[in-house]
Amino acid sequence: MTAVTDREKLAYIAAKAADARVNVELETEGMILNMGPQHPATHGTLRIVARLDGEQVIAAEPIAGYMHRGYEKLTEVRTYPQITALVNRIDWLGSFANEVPFILASEQLMGIEAPLRAQWIRTLLFEMSRVANLILFLGDMGVQLGAVTPAFYAFRDREFVLDQIEAVTGGRFHPNFDRIGGLKDDLPKGWLAETKNVMVKVRRFCDEIEDLFMNGEIFAARTRGIGVIPADVAMQYGMSGANARASGIDWDLRRDAPFGFVYPELDWKVWTHPDGDSFARFWVRLQEVRESTKMIDQICDGVPGGPIMAKVPRIIKVPAGEAYVATENPLGEMGFYIVSKGDLTPFRVKIRSASFNNVSITPWLLRGVYVPDIITILASLYFILGDIDR
Amino acid sequence: MTQLHPILGLELAYWQETVIRVLLGLVALLLLTGGVVYLYLFKFVSFMQSRLGPMEAGPYGSMQLLAEVGKWLQKEDIFTEDSDKFIFGIAPAVVLASTFLMFVVIPAGPNAVVADLGTGIYFVLAMSSLSVIGILMAGWASANKYALMGALRAGGQLIAYELPLVLAVVGVVISAGSLNLQDIVAAQATGEIFGWSGIGNPYILTQIVGFTIFLIAVQAELTQTPFDMPIAESELVAGYQVEYTGIRFLVYFIAEFATAVAFAAIASTLFLGGWQLPTSWGLGTGTMHVVGPMVISLKAILLVGVVFWVRFSLPRFREDQLQKLAWKVLIPLALANIVVTGVAKVVF
Repeated sequence: MTAVTDREKLAYIAAKAADARVNVELETEGMILNMGPQHPATHGTLRIVARLDGEQVIAAEPIAGYMHRGYEKLTEVRTYPQITALVNRIDWLGSFANEVPFILASEQLMGIEAPLRAQWIRTLLFEMSRVANLILFLGDMGVQLGAVTPAFYAFRDREFVLDQIEAVTGGRFHPNFDRIGGLKDDLPKGWLAETKNVMVKVRRFCDEIEDLFMNGEIFAARTRGIGVIPADVAMQYGMSGANARASGIDWDLRRDAPFGFVYPELDWKVWTHPDGDSFARFWVRLQEVRESTKMIDQICDGVPGGPIMAKVPRIIKVPAGEAYVATENPLGEMGFYIVSKGDLTPFRVKIRSASFNNVSITPWLLRGVYVPDIITILASLYFILGDIDR
Repeated sequence: MTQLHPILGLELAYWQETVIRVLLGLVALLLLTGGVVYLYLFKFVSFMQSRLGPMEAGPYGSMQLLAEVGKWLQKEDIFTEDSDKFIFGIAPAVVLASTFLMFVVIPAGPNAVVADLGTGIYFVLAMSSLSVIGILMAGWASANKYALMGALRAGGQLIAYELPLVLAVVGVVISAGSLNLQDIVAAQATGEIFGWSGIGNPYILTQIVGFTIFLIAVQAELTQTPFDMPIAESELVAGYQVEYTGIRFLVYFIAEFATAVAFAAIASTLFLGGWQLPTSWGLGTGTMHVVGPMVISLKAILLVGVVFWVRFSLPRFREDQLQKLAWKVLIPLALANIVVTGVAKVVF
């Protein structure tokens, strides 16, 4: 510590006073920039109102709700089997993953467990929807940073994954395939071998993205140290999924609460990154895609025979009670809290979707950054509007 | 005042000759621009991105540009309510005029130049910076925050990158001992590399640093990725172009790609030998009247390819990083290049 003399103190105070006077005399009005609801950077209809000083953000506020479809209320007038068709429109890039927590919660209330083969295939499709979802993130990050080419590679290789999902479920985007007590159908013949080929392509895509894009200096300059979320702040805002893991929080529901899945039987790893910046979030998701392809390979080799549907009554009435099941979806923790009064329809359903919490941090995170960084940060937080508004 | 035309042997008045030169220049400019747009923006990029690009209009989509122009011409010419109508209307013309003026002094053959000015290269660079005014006019008159931010970014960026552009050229000017583009071309064609005159002495060999700085600065002047902050479509939507539609947008489009061609032609004139083939190859002036325009077109098209290759490979910088690159890296490097070139010129 250097000693501060009175003279230096006085000089400091005088300088501050002079600054303050200049600020009062030359006070300029900030500009309010409205991004959205229609804006290429917001993946849908998120609106960000930012108060700017030049290019610097003083305050930013996200406004959601332009795409609210009222799914929580709609579930109250639909029978349990009908609800999967609704909920797989929440995160439309990884639709199958939305059905699973709802089905698992319903199964928990009914006391049914899906047969082993159904659990394996469920895990398989769950991971495939994660791959389909995160591939698009990897490409889209390029678009947001100004490099258009990775997005085309992403769309090219995601198509192979979607083809495989379509071959099983009949729907590229909205499979509606999960049932209480199992799955709608079994796998088609020869599907497992083809899936392993597709996973080779996905791994090649990951290498491509890493070589062409992530290892570039401009990418590092744009993302390293931008939008740093310390672990404690991430916890306070309830962030989950890759966003939390990129802040160094070692928390993955696939490993920590694998109820209804076969994750404990697979050889895989939860990746975390200590930095918590945009680069870390991109890196963690890239590694996650690679882990998922590994898991899918293992499942393709190890899926057991047997029935794919448990004994379930023809008309499904869920006994009275409450259940909450959360799973590690592509965007983060997604949970369904179901209250049943023993009817054909649920009494109340609360959907905890990951993007809502992940985006809630933006007012804290966007303070003081530059306008281009808003885009980087929003892209790296990775939200789907359907997952915010439901 | 009449003079005998050197190629055609016709007796033409000065104004007749000038009109012919300007018209031929315009045709060459638009043809080259159209060719570049089709070749790179439509096809080359599509193949990079694992898609086919336009395939329906004409064989392999070669008439696509005409279809696009036809579409733009049909669009309504929208003026937003709060815009400054007059300024908003003429801003694209200012940008396009700056592009056209650049072509005035670029030589494409022994006599194929609209005006052979003594200070040719600085005329080009001065005219190219006129476009900033048009862009600032557009951004301010649009009465749109995105447009204003884009225009201000463009202003800061174009002024910052003028300097490395000019300084990179100084090395060539020192080597050639002239500002006239024809003299610079001649100096490269007749030059020797340690007594060997097989390929002349294109300045890319001695001025490789200047060439690299010039290309980077051109990328920024053209506001192409990685320096496309002013039009950054994912954040500022389209910057100063956001309120433009129809024919006025078309004018911006033509200006953008014509400027790319112009800068590529200048770069090939300064660093790659221009229209001239090495004199040791023994081609006469008569032949070069025909071959010269082809030579420089080919070189320019190849250099535009480099611009597009970079554009579709890299992400973009942030505004402050872009300024840092200009002021802390490119300008010192260009100054060092001038010093080294000057010393080398005296020593050798």
